[in-house]
Amino acid sequence: MQIEVTINGKKASLQVANDEVLVDSLRKHGLSSVRRGCDTTCCGLCSVWIDGKPTLSCAVLAFRVNGKDITTIEGVQTEAEEFAQVLAAEGAEQCGFCSPGFIMTVLAMKRELQNPNEEEIIHYLTGNLCRCTGYMGQMRAVKKYLGVTA
Amino acid sequence: MNIVGKGIAKIDAINIATGKPVYTEDLAMHNALVVKILHSPHAFAKIKSIDTTKAEKLAGVECVLTYKDVPNVRFTLAGQSYPEPSPYDRLILEDMVRYVGDEVAIIAAVDEATALKAMKLIKVDYEVLEPVLDFEQAEGHSSVIHPEEDLHCNFDIGMNKDLNIVSSYKLEAGDVEEELTKCDVVVEDTYYTQAQAHAMMETYRAFSYMDHAGRLVLISSTQIPFHVRRKLARALKLPASKIRVIKPRIGGGFGGKQTVAVEPFVAAVTVKTGKPALLIYDRKETFTSTTSRHAMRLKVRLGADNDGFIRVVDIQGLSDTGAYGEHASTVFSVVGDKTLPLYNKTKAARFMGNVVYTNKMPAGAFRGYGATQGTFALECTVNKLAEKLNIDPTELRLKNLIKEGETCLTYKGKIIGSSTLDRCIEKGKQLIGWDEKYPKTELPDNKVRAVGMAVTMQGSGIAGIDTASAEVRLNDDGNYTLLVGSTDMGTGSDTILAQMAAEVLETTMDTIIVYSADTDVSPYDPGSYASSTTYVTGMAVVKAAEDLKQQIIEQGARFLEVQPDEVEFNGTVIETIEGSRSITLEKLAELLVLGMGNKQLVGNATYGSPVSPPPFIAGFAEVEVDKETGKVELIDYVAVVDCGTVINPNLARIQVEGGIVQGIGMALYEDVRYDERGRMTTDSFMQYKIPSRKDVGTIRVAFEESYEPTGPFGAKSVGEVVVNTPPPAIVNAIYNAIGVRFNSLPVTPEKVFMGMQKL
Repeated sequence: MQIEVTINGKKASLQVANDEVLVDSLRKHGLSSVRRGCDTTCCGLCSVWIDGKPTLSCAVLAFRVNGKDITTIEGVQTEAEEFAQVLAAEGAEQCGFCSPGFIMTVLAMKRELQNPNEEEIIHYLTGNLCRCTGYMGQMRAVKKYLGVTA
Repeated sequence: MNIVGKGIAKIDAINIATGKPVYTEDLAMHNALVVKILHSPHAFAKIKSIDTTKAEKLAGVECVLTYKDVPNVRFTLAGQSYPEPSPYDRLILEDMVRYVGDEVAIIAAVDEATALKAMKLIKVDYEVLEPVLDFEQAEGHSSVIHPEEDLHCNFDIGMNKDLNIVSSYKLEAGDVEEELTKCDVVVEDTYYTQAQAHAMMETYRAFSYMDHAGRLVLISSTQIPFHVRRKLARALKLPASKIRVIKPRIGGGFGGKQTVAVEPFVAAVTVKTGKPALLIYDRKETFTSTTSRHAMRLKVRLGADNDGFIRVVDIQGLSDTGAYGEHASTVFSVVGDKTLPLYNKTKAARFMGNVVYTNKMPAGAFRGYGATQGTFALECTVNKLAEKLNIDPTELRLKNLIKEGETCLTYKGKIIGSSTLDRCIEKGKQLIGWDEKYPKTELPDNKVRAVGMAVTMQGSGIAGIDTASAEVRLNDDGNYTLLVGSTDMGTGSDTILAQMAAEVLETTMDTIIVYSADTDVSPYDPGSYASSTTYVTGMAVVKAAEDLKQQIIEQGARFLEVQPDEVEFNGTVIETIEGSRSITLEKLAELLVLGMGNKQLVGNATYGSPVSPPPFIAGFAEVEVDKETGKVELIDYVAVVDCGTVINPNLARIQVEGGIVQGIGMALYEDVRYDERGRMTTDSFMQYKIPSRKDVGTIRVAFEESYEPTGPFGAKSVGEVVVNTPPPAIVNAIYNAIGVRFNSLPVTPEKVFMGMQKL
């Protein structure tokens, strides 16, 4: 079937199968940052925004997003790079494979939570797994980026 | 030093973090055939017949390959320097399947749906055999897992395949039994360490195509491009000159990608069809059809005198290598090699035992490589000994540890490298608040907090075996290209190698282009494993850069018409010592490469180390145990690290933090489990839990630098040693909290609860 969506600010018509999940549609559309990490909605690699809300694109059937506004990291490159600089200053991107999904969740949190404390940050980001960093460097970067001192 | 020792961001950081298309899948051609693998549903079976005719007739199917269609040369998937110590015990496909997940057929089609449809049309008739699922029953089992006559070992690794023994090993100095009788105190215990999944975020994948010259090219998420080339040449019966392996950015490895996984299958399709092909293992296949950490049983006996000196260390092991012997003998020997030297007041030390085949997924290389298992068993026993001797466990270590400049029984006179492990222990005690917190503090609500500790060592590269080469080229515009074959898997090794080159050449990071790894272009490197890249490849880079620097000085002198010892090079200008004449590096490069200087300069070096100086860690855990539920919460983890000179403190710190969390996973959460028919039950992140950011408490890292004279700028290694201390330190803390010892991992809340109830 055909769906009409807005991807990173541009209108797009996507041909999708009935059982196709959004992560695959976005990859086919050339958005290489959106990745399959697990097939069981556990890892957070495929995190994108649907109408501004952070969502696992492997858990959404493509036809469900008809008419919706989808943002991937390709659509927020400047802001993503600002945070990536802070992350890189900690060495906390490491292999980088989980970074786009992680960054999309961080940027969503920045919009959603006012002055979050450490516990709230951990809670918000728990769905984004990372096997390289041990999470501490990511947390240092997030706190620096958001100016969190608590 | 200007560049070494600085926490410089990784050279690829921003692009990989922001999702640029730089990984294997991103680089595959859009018209690539989609390759899928039919895996065995049986733990042990012979294929009586296999019918692919229906599958092959399906529109869109390009080929279906079975054991009849691939060369029958046995090889090993283990990424090790040739000749590999792992047995040549597998074919690309075979009429025997030895574990649930073993490969039966390769399907290539125009798209995934067609390939999966074709897979269902393949008819396989199996003669199901009785599998060997319990590794303690493997030796002498009525089922012989590898009866084949053409199995080959490059070395005598103590194989007795009729008994399912892959390898036997014994490292012994002194008379263990005799010395034990002289000890005032003897403690012993038996430990079980589980299979652990690497669970790197990027699953296994490779893309292959034929290039303009008819050569097979693989772009692969691998730690070992040169080993992949050699193995494919053997397995596919192709000359190595007809194969090129390129490693792009890769999404984590942890040793998993030190073992070949998908490359032979995708390459077989391209060889057969001449077409580009892409194979991506999904998460389930990554869990079930690749490799894991070797599960082991380790029995430790320690003997000591009443003064608190450890006189005997004896470890007897049994290791489960699964269906194929990748890294079987070497992981096992490392159990003893990286534990026995720790305590050198011994009069006898021994490590011995067998590695056995079973009908489970093969084990392979995993960060720590046997030292992790050995450290758990030894350090738990040392903690037990401390209690029996009524000595603080930190004091017992300080009393018995090998120190810089000393040797030990199993080193046979060789001296250990640099060490500040004693300072690591002192510093760790301070940071965790050991003296105030040891052993425990009762809290309200039936909770208790306690601390525990452990120490460990690893190596830096494989002494006398692994050799790395590096080239540094001066380009026409005065910039440099650094060519290496090591494989940055996210660690930042490309960056730290550039830091070393920049330091030697007295230049800045932005003038150094790093290219790795491509077997057509890079000089040889075994790949990034065995904690070798900083130490071994790093030394090759330093020497190559020094070679180039000398050439720059000589050529500068030539253009200035003086002798080389009459000029100085400061990184940008070559100037006569008395200062009257000079030439910029940029101009010199231009004249040499573009002009009539007729000499492009390339610095070269090959380096292999006769020693493997150990990095050390003292790890301290503070846990809170809920005595009503058995829940263990890790509150604080302190790791104090001696990795020699720290080349890049930010990247080293992240290595430590990440390794500690993998160790925490092994201690508390992670466990590869099978059902009674040998099917893996932990084949997704739903069943196989890796730590999330809620599960790890606070991790604090400090460095106590030593200076290792054989390493680049005094560096040793940091990649592997970091995973070893959490299991014993956490288990020790839990014991101090509730008085129950856990000898098998992971320590789940159920085990803690049952342990407290003495169930």
